[in-house]
Amino acid sequence: MRLLRQQIDARTGAGTATLLPEEPEDMWHAYNLIQPTDHIRAKAVRRITREVGAGATSSQRVALDLTIAVTSTDFDLASNELHVAGRVASETEHVKMGSHHTLDLELNRKFTIEKVDGWDSVAVDMLREACNTSSRAEMWAVVMGEGIANICLITEHQTILRNRVEVSIPRKGKGHMEQHNKGLEKFHNTLVTTLLRDMESAKRDAQTEKTVPLLLASAGFYAQAFLQFMKEYAVRTGDKFLQGALPSVVVAHSAGEHVHNLAEVLASPAATSKVSDAKFTRETALMDTFMKHMRIEDGRAAYGPREIERAVESGAVGRGGGVLLISNTLFRSNNIAERKRWVALVDRIKDVEGGEVRVLSSLHESGKRLEALGGIAAILTYPLEEMDEDEEEEVANGVRGDEEMII
Amino acid sequence: MPPKSGFQRAKNIGYDDDDVYDDEDYFDEEEGGDVAADEMSEEDKEQMAIGTAKVKEALGSEYKVKEADIQDALWNYYYDVGKSVTYLKNKYTPKTQTPAKPKTASRFDQAAGVADAKAPTGTIKAKSKPKVVEKTDGDKLAESVEKLTVKVKSKNLDVIEEYRKSGLKKVSSFVVIGHVDHGKSTLMGRLLYDLKVVDDRSVDKLRQEAETVGKSSFALAWLMDQTPEERSRGVTVDIATMPFETEKTSFTILDAPGHRDFIPNMIAGVSQADFAVLVVDAQENSFQSGLKGQTKEHALIVRSMGIQRLIVAVNKMDTVSWSKERLEKVRQATTTFFESASFSLKNITFVPCAGLTGDNVVQHVSASAADWYTGPTLLEALDVSEPKKRDLERPLRLTINDVFRGSGQNPLSVSGQIEAGTCQVGDAIVALPSRETAVIKGIELSDGSPADWAVAGQIPTLHLVDIDPIHLRFGDMLISPPPAPSVRLVKSFTCKMLAFEHVLPQYVDVFRGRQQATGLITGLSSILNKNTGEIVKKKPRIVKPGEVARIRIELEVKGEGGGLPLEVGSRIVLRDGGKTVGAGLLESYT
Repeated sequence: MRLLRQQIDARTGAGTATLLPEEPEDMWHAYNLIQPTDHIRAKAVRRITREVGAGATSSQRVALDLTIAVTSTDFDLASNELHVAGRVASETEHVKMGSHHTLDLELNRKFTIEKVDGWDSVAVDMLREACNTSSRAEMWAVVMGEGIANICLITEHQTILRNRVEVSIPRKGKGHMEQHNKGLEKFHNTLVTTLLRDMESAKRDAQTEKTVPLLLASAGFYAQAFLQFMKEYAVRTGDKFLQGALPSVVVAHSAGEHVHNLAEVLASPAATSKVSDAKFTRETALMDTFMKHMRIEDGRAAYGPREIERAVESGAVGRGGGVLLISNTLFRSNNIAERKRWVALVDRIKDVEGGEVRVLSSLHESGKRLEALGGIAAILTYPLEEMDEDEEEEVANGVRGDEEMII
Repeated sequence: MPPKSGFQRAKNIGYDDDDVYDDEDYFDEEEGGDVAADEMSEEDKEQMAIGTAKVKEALGSEYKVKEADIQDALWNYYYDVGKSVTYLKNKYTPKTQTPAKPKTASRFDQAAGVADAKAPTGTIKAKSKPKVVEKTDGDKLAESVEKLTVKVKSKNLDVIEEYRKSGLKKVSSFVVIGHVDHGKSTLMGRLLYDLKVVDDRSVDKLRQEAETVGKSSFALAWLMDQTPEERSRGVTVDIATMPFETEKTSFTILDAPGHRDFIPNMIAGVSQADFAVLVVDAQENSFQSGLKGQTKEHALIVRSMGIQRLIVAVNKMDTVSWSKERLEKVRQATTTFFESASFSLKNITFVPCAGLTGDNVVQHVSASAADWYTGPTLLEALDVSEPKKRDLERPLRLTINDVFRGSGQNPLSVSGQIEAGTCQVGDAIVALPSRETAVIKGIELSDGSPADWAVAGQIPTLHLVDIDPIHLRFGDMLISPPPAPSVRLVKSFTCKMLAFEHVLPQYVDVFRGRQQATGLITGLSSILNKNTGEIVKKKPRIVKPGEVARIRIELEVKGEGGGLPLEVGSRIVLRDGGKTVGAGLLESYT
């Protein structure tokens, strides 16, 4: 995203920012930046119907600059389109105040955001991050099993499932070996062609010469077998694109073939070696640390809105290791008060407590894990006692004997 | 087309009235010829008259052939008397055709001699020949179509009654579990070999193959591990299903993979088993790594999926020179663990054995170092194991374990264990989640023999018709069609869960046999007392290993009609990141 112009008052937060989205990922940033009640100004095409006397009408399409007050946003992940709906907020000669309009934000088309309530700290941070083009890690990942594969594109802020390949491979058994091998061959063929199609079209869209690394992850040795197949395929077909991509292929171990199995893959050395210090690897590592504290029950981990607020009250998310993990979905809440609540919490940790705040993207696996926990979690500086204290029954639970277990 | 005067008009009338044209197939082809023929010249008529006479002569008096038929045949064969005669003979004596063959051939030669010289034989013969072939092909096809419909017709057997009458042996299946490289596949290969289920020749062949790649000790395991990947890497990947019989029982071996990556496959095997054989390596190092690894995880999965009976095969006893102390040590270490996993010790049998040498598998141990052992062999221990109780009365439930092409005649076959109910040839079934119906065309039992019916507990192969293969996938369920109660596709449910790892609200893979879905634990509602089921603690923040909790799970549903076919009482396994985090028993669903 290119920042064309920025006029934000540092003290009051009032002002506007004019942005030019350049990469597909910028649409995701725009989606997170634009809140209901914001004013967005962008080029729009609108059909104007005019009466030309005696009940006859003429209609024509007019390109014009429109300012709308946002009521809702709609982001289509697959096509990467952002639709912003709202009511017209500045009168023009063609369009009346208050009439509805939906702006379609597109790549390489500038738009201006004005925050009516002023830019809060989270919004300013988001803006800064959106315009920081220096670190743009990207990676293709195929998480696969036998006869099934998910093709994903992992970018700085998103994990996008681009395709899913499913071929049923007959299992081993008396006399079915032939069918098993045939099925496997068919699966590999389908997967390699689908993958190449995805990668090539993405490369065309991005218009870069840079080769995006490819990560193959699976349980067992399915990924290894597929890499072997790709190598043979590259030689057999003489596919230049595939031959160019082969050196940057990494094979990693995952527990399964699901997209959410990527979480553990991204934390593995195989992935971090290719895209060191990308946002998604840092986030995954943080979630793992949180889980570790949860598991060893040292009381230094908490999750859930109420509990986190209580922890922050008691000053446990502060200097010396306090980390707040918060999902960006909380800031996208349609309820303004709700957003303010979280912005206030973030500000307090950063400015008063001196802790660290990480906004996790809900489109990454780490963010999804966080969402399961209510969208907010924290690593604490010191253990907090449990909120509800009824530990005394522990003894009863330890009893075992000849009695049948209930499960 | 038989020539008649006033051809165009008469044609239709003639067809309508003439009951000779009862063969629909034939009729159709006639029509084709008709169009080409268009109109009949005087010449043709004359030819036809001569031909008819000749054919009559050739046929003799034994064939009562109608004149119209003769004319038909002549028209069809371009007045070739010989061919017409052969055709008519075939048509009128279909049953005695084969013995009469040489005779007709000679007559053909004869008749060919008197065939009309006007017919340009070369091309026309070529033209008519395929026609004959086509015809018989068509007839055969019609016949086979008829057969097919007859075949799928149900015999309407009372399967339960048939089953009782048949006096079949007990049907039992067991899953072989344990840590990787503890010798599960080899032990089972040995069992099959010593029982002569596989012949010496195929084992010798495997031995040679194994030796050439320097893995001679794998030869017996290769009876179970058949894919190239499995053989080259020396690990089992998928369940191998192998039948064998003893005097009392027909068994099915489900040889599970030990490697932790393939636990989903292992779970699929456990879901089909009545009891389990846990193979542990007697050697200290290997035994210990198993206790930390899959020996433990497998045993927990098996237990929480409702299997009570366990045979612990302490394998590789030859490597510890059949030391009694070693067996005792293994017994003690595992017993402590079994107790904590709530196995009832009376259902556990320990059997020392050696898969590689075959000691105490089928034959009693020969080594003198093992004189102290007086217990059963592995086979004897298997034979006294009772299968689970079967629900024959309930509607059919079968989880598909494999979809494949059975053979040329059976383009679509599925296999899997019948969990409840019965089925027979001709039955209609419904596949879930696609809700498409199919008809069972044939049933094959696990030893490959065809059958008219199958009952719960068996693992048959069903040949299906009237369904597109895209509606059948691994893990799908086959059930009886309505009005029998159907299975709901569940999207969210509450279950009691025994935790193996720490459980938070998190994403998990939910397994039910071969079926699998991604789920989100949306809430930990309470921790329960293990034995009484009383609520110990409400709304816990985390469930610790070994605790039993009531949790709520929502399944991630892809599109319409998603979800898992679950019923109250279904047992599920929850996994995350390559670990089994817990096992659940479904309590209610929405």
